[in-house]
Formats: sequence, C-alpha cells, structure tokens
Amino acid sequence: MKSLTSPRPAAVPADAPPAAAAAAALDRQRIASLVQRQGVFAVLLAVVLVSSFVFPSFGTLDNARGVTVQASFLSVVALGMTLVIITGGIDLSVGSVFALGGVLAAWASQYGLLPALLLPLAVCGAVGLLNGLLIARAGMAPFIVTLATLLAARGLLLSLTHEGATTYLVPRGSAFAELGQGTLWGFGYPVLIAVALFVLGGVVLQRTSFGQALFAVGGSADAATLMGLPVARTRVLVYVLSGLLAGFAGALNAARLSSGVTIIGVGMELDAIAAVVIGGTLLVGGAGSVSGTLWGVLLLAVIQNLINQIGSLNSSYQSVVSGGFLIVVVVAQRYLARARLTT
Amino acid sequence: MAPPEAAAAAPPEDTDPAVPPAVLEAIGVGKRFPGVVALDDVSLTLRQGEIHALVGENGAGKSTLIKVLTGVHRPDSGELRLHGQPVSFARPYEAQQAGVSTIYQEVNLVPLMSVARNIFLGREPKNRLRLIDFPRMHREAAELLAGFGVTADVRRPLGSLGVGTQQMVALARAVSVQARVVVMDEPTSALEPREVETLFRVIGELHSRQIAVLYVSHRMDELYRICDRLTVLRDGRLVHTGDLADLDRMQLVSMMLGREVAEVRRHGVTGFGEGHRADREPVLTATGLSRRHQLDDVALQLHPGEVLGLGGLLGSGRSETAKALAGALPLDSGTVTVAGRRLRRLTSAAAIRAGISLLPEDRKAEGVIPGLSVRENIVLAAMPRLSRAGVVSRARQDRIVEVFMKRLRIKASSPEQKVGELSGGNQQKVLLARWLCLEPRVLLLDEPTRGIDVGAKAEVQALVDELAQEGLAVLLISSDIEELVEGADRLVVLRGGAVAGELTGDRVGEAELLEVLAAHGPGAGGGTSGDTAPDEAAEEEQG
Repeated sequence: MKSLTSPRPAAVPADAPPAAAAAAALDRQRIASLVQRQGVFAVLLAVVLVSSFVFPSFGTLDNARGVTVQASFLSVVALGMTLVIITGGIDLSVGSVFALGGVLAAWASQYGLLPALLLPLAVCGAVGLLNGLLIARAGMAPFIVTLATLLAARGLLLSLTHEGATTYLVPRGSAFAELGQGTLWGFGYPVLIAVALFVLGGVVLQRTSFGQALFAVGGSADAATLMGLPVARTRVLVYVLSGLLAGFAGALNAARLSSGVTIIGVGMELDAIAAVVIGGTLLVGGAGSVSGTLWGVLLLAVIQNLINQIGSLNSSYQSVVSGGFLIVVVVAQRYLARARLTT
Repeated sequence: MAPPEAAAAAPPEDTDPAVPPAVLEAIGVGKRFPGVVALDDVSLTLRQGEIHALVGENGAGKSTLIKVLTGVHRPDSGELRLHGQPVSFARPYEAQQAGVSTIYQEVNLVPLMSVARNIFLGREPKNRLRLIDFPRMHREAAELLAGFGVTADVRRPLGSLGVGTQQMVALARAVSVQARVVVMDEPTSALEPREVETLFRVIGELHSRQIAVLYVSHRMDELYRICDRLTVLRDGRLVHTGDLADLDRMQLVSMMLGREVAEVRRHGVTGFGEGHRADREPVLTATGLSRRHQLDDVALQLHPGEVLGLGGLLGSGRSETAKALAGALPLDSGTVTVAGRRLRRLTSAAAIRAGISLLPEDRKAEGVIPGLSVRENIVLAAMPRLSRAGVVSRARQDRIVEVFMKRLRIKASSPEQKVGELSGGNQQKVLLARWLCLEPRVLLLDEPTRGIDVGAKAEVQALVDELAQEGLAVLLISSDIEELVEGADRLVVLRGGAVAGELTGDRVGEAELLEVLAAHGPGAGGGTSGDTAPDEAAEEEQG
C-alpha cells in the first residue's frame, strides 16, 4: 500500500487522475449529503429572513406563534409518515385517521382527559396495526392497503357523526381543551408537544436499533432479511406508529378546535408526504431524517402564511407554490443521490 | 501449486486422535420447487473447526442447501441438527441467533447505509441510556475492518465503495458475530487477488478458533488450498463426501460432472479449441474512447472470426470499454465504426442496429428478467424483427426459441419455465441466445463464465469458439487468466482506463500477460498478488 501513496514516475501519468478523482468524489459526496440533509433548512431560513424584511407583519412573535400552531398538527402526522417512507412504504390513511382521532377524542372528552387521549390512540393504533399486518404479513402493496383504510376510516367517521350532522364538543375549560389551547412561554402546547415528539422521533430513528432497522428495510428489504433483522415486525410497528401519531395529532387538533370536525384532514396525507419529501427523505426509502420533515412542514406553513400576508393572492396559490417546491426537491434529490453513490 | 500456508490452514486430519464433533448437520434433507427437485435426500456434516468445501455444477443444489442451512428455506423432508440437537430455522434471524452466519454470493448489505451501520446492524453497541454509541461503533468498525485490509472511512455509505471492498465488509460482519459456523457462498468471485489472500488469512483464523466454515467455490485452486473435507452434489443428490486430500482434481471434476476421468482428460481444462484465422478487414474499429476517470483514449479493432481478449485487473476499464462499444456508457469522446460505417450517435439502439451485442457482466441486474419465461427472455431483443406492424408472431418466436434452446443446450423444463428458476449457467445461455438471435456481427462477452460451474463453463467456452469460427467477431473479458489466454487469439491489455499493451500470436500467454500487467503495475512491492486496481487503491487511501 505504501508504494501507492508515493509520487509516481512521470511515465505513468494516467495514474494521477484516479486519486484526484477519488478525493473529488469524496468531497462531492459530502457536499451532496449535506445539501440533502440541510438544504430545506437553508431554504426555510432564507425565506423567513427575506419575508421578515418585506412583510413587517410576518416577522412578529405573534405571527410565529400562529404559524407554528397551525403547523404542529401536520408535523406530528408527517413525523409518522417520515418513518413509514424511510422503510420504503407509504401511509395514505393518515388524513382519515387524523379526522377519526379528532372525533373520537371529542366524544370521549366528556369522560375526562385520559379517555379523550386513550380512545383515539387505541382505535387509530388498531388501524395502523391493520395496515401493518396486511402489508408486512400478507405482503400487500402499502399504497392499496392504506388507500383502503383511508376510505374505511373516513366511512367509519361519517357514520359516527351521522354524516356530519352530529358534532361532539369538548367541554369548555376541561383539561383536554387546555391541552389544545393552553400556552407555555407564549407557545401553544401542541407546538411544544410536536417539538418533543420530533426530538423523541429523531432519537429513535438515529440512535436505536429500531431506527437503524427502518433504514435497512427501506434500503434493501432482502438484505435486511438475510442479515437477520425482524423485517416484518419492523414494518408492522412503523404503520402502528404512523396510525398512533395521526390519531394523536387529530386529538390535539380537536382539543384546539373544541370539537371533532368530520370534514377535516381530507388530503392531509398528501401534504404530509410533500413535507417529508421536501425534507429530503427519499420516497423510495432508505434515507431521510425527521429534522428535514420538520423544516419541510414549516416551509409549507410559511408559504401559506406569506400568501395570506400578501392578501391580494388567492390562497389556493399556496398549493401551486408547494407543488413547485416539491418538483424542485425531487429533481434535486435525484442528482444528489447519484452524487452520493458515485465514486 | 499450493503455497506454504496451505499446511497451516489445512492440517491433515488423520493426525488427530479423534474426529472433531459435528456442529451443524443436515440429515436426509429434501426440498422441492415447482417442477424441480432441488434437493433429494442430501446429508452434510460440518465438524468443529473444519473448512468444508461444497461443490457441484450449477443446478446441483448447493445454493438451495445453503439456504436450508441458513434458514432462508425450510426443508420439505429431513432435519437439521445443531450440536446434535434437532433444530428448525424459520428465518435467517433464527439461524444467526444460533450461530450460523452467512456470506451470500451477491453482497447483501444496505448500500445507502454507512459501512459501520451495516456491520453492526441489529446488534449496535449501546451506551448507558440504551442508545446507539456511534463513536464506539465507528471505532470498533474501523478496527475490525483494518484486520480485513479495508481502510475506507466507515462513515461512508457502503454503496460508494468498490464491490470487492463491500464483500470484505460483508465478511467482517459475518465473522464478527458470535458465529460457530460461517457459510461462504462463492466469496471470492468479486475479490482482487490481494483480497483473496486476506480472505484466506481470515479463514485460517476462523479455523484456529475452532469455527466451522462451509466454503462454496468453483475455483479448484482455492478448494485445494484451504479446504479439509468436501461434499459433492450433483442434480440435487449427494455424490460424495470425504477428505479432499483423497481426491485429485481430475477425480473431483469427473465426480462433479458425472463423467469418466479419461473423458475429462481428453477434453482438457477449458472448452476452447485452436486459434482462428482472422486476417480480413476489421469489422469494428474504435478510436479515442474517453470518459472522465474511466477510459482514456482506448482504441481497438475487432476482426471477423477472431476472439479478442481484453485483459487487465478489476477496475482497469475492461467492462467500461465493452459497455462503451455497446453504447451503454456515455462517452466524452471517441468513435466506433462498424463495417466501414461510423456510428453517429453511440446509443444502445444504434449499436444493436449495427450488429453489436453485449453480454453484460452482472447477469442479475443487467441481463435476464427472472420473472419472464425462457422464451420471453430470448426473444426480448429480437421483438422488432419478429413483429409486423407491432404484432408479434408467436410461431416465429417458438421456432427461434427452439433452435437456440437446442443449440445452446439450455436445460429448462419447457420454454415457458421462468428464467429465475434456472441455474446460473443456463441463465447465461439464455442471455447468449437473446443476443445471438439478433444475428450480431460483434459479440461482446463480459465475464461470460463467472459464477457458473465447470461443465457449463466448458460449454460456454466451446460455444464462443464455435461462434468465432462461424465468422463472428468476439470480444472476451474474463478475470480467469487461463480462460482469457486460451480463449483469445489476441489480447489487448488495459490499465487505469488506457491500453497498456497488446499481445498477438505466440505472445498470447499467461506469463506475457502478467508481464504487461506487472510492467505498468503500481509499485511491484507485493509481486503479482499485490496488484490492485488503481481506483480502488486510491479510494482506500482516503480512509
């Protein structure tokens, strides 16, 4: 090996490029990896800074509180979605499950805080378990399974509320209502809870065997099986987590709104997927981070807020801008992934 | 032939006072797949500390036996015993928990995850909070890999390393678990000579730690160098089991093939015949093929009726050259002329139209479509010719498929059998048939006999010979020097993506080839076995 590092005679100039190329490739990989992980954060930061100068009302603490509370519910749903997408799956049911969790929590809130939290968690966890078992044990496609539960959960929800005719209200001033509406240091509890869940999610993903297994299953399920990882169990668990998080987010939202809203959460799964992908998680699985998802959710929320600030623009343009971001990110990811793996 | 270490690695067993106890046993194991009996009453005993060779032609049942032993498949009949106790592995996980560790033929790790994470996946070192201790994980991974001659940064994604290095990482992972048995399915097929030495050293260490190794390889030299005992399978049945020292190579080959020793002798080691006459105009001329970091002004000519060998070490640009000729690798510059006509745009479609066919190196990823039938795989490339106004004539398909299945002696239950169910050698023949039915003028063969058994190897070699005799221009790439030298009429040797020399006539020989490689070799310090591909070596310097 020694002789390889020593300067080569000029007679073989063809040898210089590979070494230099390898060094360049390494730099390229590092940069690509950095952009993939922190690119959204940089974009978010830039958008926030510029907007603060342009729109005086944007950079206020009040506005920040409003935006973060708005974003907190989607962020919790997107957290679960991140874990699912890292395993190479997808969970389309989260929007319906979110609404189901909200209605169940609102109904149960008349019996106190604990039932209001446990009932939605139990039911939504069960939906997630069904998803997971059908996908991991029965070998069905995640897209189809979760599309089916999307419809089923929405149907269940409609029958619970008699097609939306019945609205369950959260008792005024109850501990459950406080969970959604109370604040600490000016920030709503949902924001603090979401931040805590993201910290926890980050630790689970990056620092536990379960988290590593998620990456392995998404990176190569065959390899993970042959390496002796419990692939099926990991998959089941990740859909259960996604269901739990979506249901919990729905419950929090019901607490904030003081009622279970039937028509909420339609299309939310798509926002969650968009946030996850904008956050740098590969849609094919195997790579991603929860921090990226957090920035992705905030970016979507900030864009919406900005369009509201401008006022003259139709708020539907938010979707146009979000869609544009998504395309940019997906195209960038393609090149970044290639740069990371080429030598 | 065997170097001195052989004695240390494989002490003769008859000096042992007692036979070491069995660790893992398969007793009368049977396994069926749709239409095939993969294993029929096969028994195998793996004793403590022995290095046991498992040999047989492709389709003999080796892979199936390994999968049964390691929990991927469950046997239909018979039983497994671990330390004398009956066991049943429902999943690979259970086999690993029981101390049976496996390195599969294709690297089976996760390319997007870092080297260290791959090594410790499922058994990550934890700190007091039960969280993964990354500093410790990286340190331990680096220490472990240093013992395998790998100095790459363990935080890099595994997929960014060379295939040989990835294989060493897989090996490191397999032996670093508390294994009692290590199963290696053709571990050397992607390794450099230097890495093979490292592997053998590691196997020697396993041997001294009383760990049993089940070693599958097609390379006779390796078997005789490191193995104590062997088991021979043929057509899913047990043919022989015993000490390797009691068999000479000819006996072994004849046992694997099920032919008489005299017959094997008469046919020689490889299936190639005499040289070919090729003094006509070149059918293919390539000049100035260049691609950043990979190819540097490569030029070559191919004549009708000749086999041109493309020599060089792994990473020298052999496969890249073949791919470039077939239009499968975008070039920065360079021209390819076929039969006097220059290809203006070098794309796969243009190359195929001009009559260039490439049999790629990685038949799994770039060649056969396992879910399609033999017929569908064969006619895939010929579709445009077999169809009129987009409608494919089934009768013409069947005729062509029949002709090629017979001519290439493809062993399949019917043309409708899925290619994924065939053995590696037969899959290779299906690929060859696919390109031959296009009636190409130039055939590029990248490692046509890698991973296929002795019998099929000789058949493929004889076929290459036949094709050249019929006037096809063949470019042959092979890591097997013997195959390259015997098969080629002329040799172009590559190094670092550039042509390092050409050997013609009497100069086509192993010694001459090594000379060209060594003359330009990167510091002749370690002799021929120390030669490494420049890219990979440079890459490891970064560690």
